[in-house]
Amino acid sequence: MLVGDLSHRQFAGRLASAGLGVQFGPFNLRIRSDLGSFASLAHHLYEPYPLLDAEAISDFHVQIASPRGLRRLRRWVRPQACFSVDGQSIFAPYRADHAFPALEWGINWCVATRAHHLLMLHSAVVERNGQAMVFPAWPGHGKSTLCAALIHSGWRLFSDEFGLVRPEDGSLLPVPRLISLKDASIDVIRRFRPEAVIGPAFFGTRKGTVAHVRPPAESIRRAQEPARPRWFIFPRWTADAAFTLEPMPKSQAFLMVATNAFNYDVLDETAFRLVADMVRTCDCYSLRYADLNEAVTELEKLSGSIDG
Amino acid sequence: MGKLSTETRRAQRLLLTALRVPETLPALPFADWELLLRVARRARLLGRLGCDLSRAGLLGNIPPRAAAHLRASRNVIEHRNTLVSWEINRILWALKGTEVPLILLKGAAYALAELPPARGRIFADVDLLVPENLIGEVEEKLLGHGWLKLQIDPYDDRYYRVWMHEIPPLRHRERGSEIDIHHRLLPRTSRLKSDPVPLFAAARPLADPRLRVLAPADMVLHALVHLFLEGDPDEGLRLRDLVDVHDLLCYHGQEPGFWAGLGLRARELGFERPLFYGLHHAHRLLGTPIPPDVLQKLEDVAPSWLIRKLMDHLIHLTLLPGHPDYPSRRPALGRWLMYVRAHWLRMPPVLLARHLSYKAWLRFRGVRKQIDLAQLDLKQQ
Repeated sequence: MLVGDLSHRQFAGRLASAGLGVQFGPFNLRIRSDLGSFASLAHHLYEPYPLLDAEAISDFHVQIASPRGLRRLRRWVRPQACFSVDGQSIFAPYRADHAFPALEWGINWCVATRAHHLLMLHSAVVERNGQAMVFPAWPGHGKSTLCAALIHSGWRLFSDEFGLVRPEDGSLLPVPRLISLKDASIDVIRRFRPEAVIGPAFFGTRKGTVAHVRPPAESIRRAQEPARPRWFIFPRWTADAAFTLEPMPKSQAFLMVATNAFNYDVLDETAFRLVADMVRTCDCYSLRYADLNEAVTELEKLSGSIDG
Repeated sequence: MGKLSTETRRAQRLLLTALRVPETLPALPFADWELLLRVARRARLLGRLGCDLSRAGLLGNIPPRAAAHLRASRNVIEHRNTLVSWEINRILWALKGTEVPLILLKGAAYALAELPPARGRIFADVDLLVPENLIGEVEEKLLGHGWLKLQIDPYDDRYYRVWMHEIPPLRHRERGSEIDIHHRLLPRTSRLKSDPVPLFAAARPLADPRLRVLAPADMVLHALVHLFLEGDPDEGLRLRDLVDVHDLLCYHGQEPGFWAGLGLRARELGFERPLFYGLHHAHRLLGTPIPPDVLQKLEDVAPSWLIRKLMDHLIHLTLLPGHPDYPSRRPALGRWLMYVRAHWLRMPPVLLARHLSYKAWLRFRGVRKQIDLAQLDLKQQ
């Protein structure tokens, strides 16, 4: 059963009572909220995601709700929303109308701080023909934008944020969550694929203007199918740059992947082994682009040349 | 209220049973796993459960999703272990040329002496015990080798130096790790007298002769003092500290003469009351095997019936984790009472009044307790 199979009333009812159980790739979430505006948007953007079975174990219990106690009075002045994990609020309250990005961000925080059974690269990952392309990048390098464009051009979304590597076999695990676009990227993707499902823009959040892209249903449906990494592409968007896609020495790629991971140090020797294996078996390139269409075409060619 | 306390009790029972008999966990009903994981995480005992199951070879016999959480927390713990060993290596390097006997306390001691509480225990900082007359020298050496004094206000600095049992923590400027340097186990102002000299005389050397750990009885007593007197108003008493005590008692309890020595040492160091409460509750909650005559003898130092009932209730209330979905005000009140009690024992009334009113003033002025991590990028954490 999918989120979309619930009526809005059922959906909001679950959020407000025992919680909505929803599956994001390897993670089972239980989400609670008493905020009506949040429920409407979540119902729309989470529509293709599977609901949890009754007996499934939830990994993270998250809540985005109006504050308790005295702070509740603020609902009449400047309403707030508090994010909490397992009943403990960790961050300062958000503006109530920013509840949706706050929850999305909070779920990422849960993954980044808790999923240490996996190696977590700070990377976008997409897949085609069973082979994954990994984009390790730093904030502002344009990985989410490129990722959003690729998944609307025939690639399957693994993640725009987390390259999850399973230590047991070095496979990449999909975690096809909403893609959060910032500032100018939002219009870039709206223009690139007018039919893409993009939520409203939230202005003035702690991370600037943010809007969420819903991945194609196919990516969500196949969220339990891992893949092997085949390419490491280190993207860098620069206005007016000439397009270049140049092979990168493996020694350099190794250092960049290792320093880019969220928890390379936590996994210690396992992380070293995983990154070394991946870099050894992948082709590594540095990519510089200004035009999204050109980048998508060239990356498709790169993947096609392997197929052929 | 009824549902609340039933659910809370269920959560607590799950955790205690898991700690006492981890080998029964493969038979745990699927529906109970989620709650167990949540309370164990809150009590910071996930890694401990993971280690117990891994040692028993049972990680494959529990739901894979639960095993993933246990694996994740063990990975973090193993990493912290590496960091602590490295930190101690660096401390020894910084102190090269000084003949200071360094006694490791708590987590670092358990790890380097390879004692049972080290398994699955989450580490925070390195705690050292150093003779008071050498503290200046140690501090100076560390400050000259990359550690910095934390920026604290003059009141807090004075609080540490004049009244406390440790100096303000030092932090390494690159690694961010903290060292707490103690010269005694309890504040100078404490009602429980705590002469540190016998501790140094009894300390035992580790494989590296520059490092020592407290003698077994002293280690147990320190773990108890830490449990009952270093309370935190938000966290309450820490069940994981009682688990340390349980492990130490199970391990050292096998040694001949340990139990007789423990009672004598508690009297000598003035820690009979914490020992009384500690043994009583370790036995009751974790099933720690304690010879009946030891418990019997401690009845002599037990408080009056009324105080004892009150303390039993408070300890129970503050030591056991709450249910994440049913927060209650009662434990919060209990935690506050235990915190006040700890402070009552830490310093004389006038000083206490002064200190708490100063802290209340800070709170009134709105010193922020919540850190806004959300402003940072995920990667920067």
